[in-house]
Amino acid sequence: MKVSLGPLLYYWPKQQTIDFYQHAISSDADIIYLGETVCSKRRELKTRDWIELASSLNKHNKEIVLSTMALLEAPSELSVIKKLCENGEVSIEANDLATVQILTEKKLPFICGPAINCYNAQTLKLLINQGMQRWVMPVELSRDWLADLVEDSHKMGLRDQYEVEVFSYGHLPLAYSARCFTARSENKAKDDCGLTCINYPQGRLIHTQEEQQVFVLNGIQTLSGYCYNLINDLESMHDLVDILRISPNSLNSLETVTEFKRQLLQQNHYRPLNSSQCNGYWHSIPGLGQG
Amino acid sequence: MELLCPAGSLPALKVAIDCGADAVYIGLKDETNARHFAGLNFNASKLVKGAQYVADNNKHLHVAINTFAHPGQEKRWYNAVDQCVDLGANAAIIADIATLDYATRKYPDLALHLSVQASATNTAAIEFYQRNFNIKRVVLPRVLSLHQVKQLARNSHIPLEVFAFGSLCIMAEGRCYLSSYFTGESPNTVGACSPAKFVRWQETSQGLTSRLNNILIDRYHNDEKAGYPTLCKGRFNLDGQIYHTLEEPTSLNTLSLLPDLIEMGISSVKIEGRQRSPAYVEQITRVWRAAIDSYMQSPAQYQVKPQWDQQLENLSEGNQTTLGAYHRSWQ
Repeated sequence: MKVSLGPLLYYWPKQQTIDFYQHAISSDADIIYLGETVCSKRRELKTRDWIELASSLNKHNKEIVLSTMALLEAPSELSVIKKLCENGEVSIEANDLATVQILTEKKLPFICGPAINCYNAQTLKLLINQGMQRWVMPVELSRDWLADLVEDSHKMGLRDQYEVEVFSYGHLPLAYSARCFTARSENKAKDDCGLTCINYPQGRLIHTQEEQQVFVLNGIQTLSGYCYNLINDLESMHDLVDILRISPNSLNSLETVTEFKRQLLQQNHYRPLNSSQCNGYWHSIPGLGQG
Repeated sequence: MELLCPAGSLPALKVAIDCGADAVYIGLKDETNARHFAGLNFNASKLVKGAQYVADNNKHLHVAINTFAHPGQEKRWYNAVDQCVDLGANAAIIADIATLDYATRKYPDLALHLSVQASATNTAAIEFYQRNFNIKRVVLPRVLSLHQVKQLARNSHIPLEVFAFGSLCIMAEGRCYLSSYFTGESPNTVGACSPAKFVRWQETSQGLTSRLNNILIDRYHNDEKAGYPTLCKGRFNLDGQIYHTLEEPTSLNTLSLLPDLIEMGISSVKIEGRQRSPAYVEQITRVWRAAIDSYMQSPAQYQVKPQWDQQLENLSEGNQTTLGAYHRSWQ
């Protein structure tokens, strides 16, 4: 099993982002995803900068992938997708079927990101026929769901035509909205947000009125309040999962990559989760639960 | 401009048709549709009666098959498509790629409407579905501003349906897992958001509380009206400030946008609420019928009548309405 570093979901200053990827390139990650996936107003790194950064990282011995926005609403956002797809060097993770459409027109292969609704093997087959090489499972699905789907794809003779990647660590991307909740948290409208996401490098944590962590606000994206952690579930991924995704929120995430790599080599080494972590989805219980 | 009304039951269907709906949309009594609630929707005999009533009145019937097929159980979704065709429905509203693929191959003449749950918000995504499944209409997610809807109407060459009134989904539909994060059940997998079986109400010394799977959604003062604990409309705590962090209990109301929607060539206005009563469907349908007719009679004189707004507010969540994402300031 390989370990990947998912795209940075938060908005950091340009230099901090570049520094992060300079560290990432010497980390234990096998695959590095990068690019803006949440909000087109975040332009510390412009499209050209992301492509250049991807290109410079691609000179090392790692797979580099440019990831793309999930919620595409404006023609200008589609233009950005086209530019990314034309980078000519690294592959693309599509998080909307618009991106699949654009890549298909160019006869380019793609990775199907977690924000695309692929829930069954028939859908997988159609996407494979269009050039999908890797499927990142939607975060709300369980091991049982995955096992059934992979089994179906075996029967259809497809299993050797795609890889399976599972979101395995980090705050889960749960929803996308037209509304910017970070701007709202400061009583601002989205059009007048002042790019305030940059002030919250790990998003804004909200609690219930009983102090239970519920969500993390990240611009138009809502993340899980608890940190998803499948470190104790690697054995149950055997023969099912090819790649584990670590979603970064700081330099510490690179150590998490190392921990997962180490865990892959250690059998039966149980690491108790803390009270602000969860693994429910994998175990077919509510996402915020611990199974 | 088609007025498309919700029907969660045969009485609701009849009243919608009687009060002026051009078309109604319904779902089967199982998890193949996104309003899979106890006591709601159509079994086999009700389906036949409903379809007959719609046909007798020369109106249109749309069948929502808009959740995502579970692996190994695709047949249930395919059967729903078969039933839709057997009924002689005018359109199937579908979200799942596997189900779209089945419907296109087996019934090339069946009109396929892309469900809002498919989350197509731009021209390229619409092209994907047109190219692969020859869809005939797109139901737009409630995330686009009026300007963006207009751009799509101009650039996409496909009939568009928009939400005009009803409970407001504030997330891009089909891409929201908040409900399964709390309960294990989501619109995509089970056809329900914040399912009623997880709801608990409790009187406490601090007031009435609402919970979803034991997680506190809201706490109400004595003078406050309590609403259904949809989790995106809860009051949460951000750095000591307690407020409706994501959205207040409110409903979408676009009566004032009707002229814009008609002039930009929107094909259909959809009223949300298959889970609501026949009385609700009756009132909503009457108001919207009157509004559309009033515009058609004399477009230049169209004005939202105060009594329309009043009636709609009374039927709304939290007794308040909003233009939602259509209006940039909401975003």
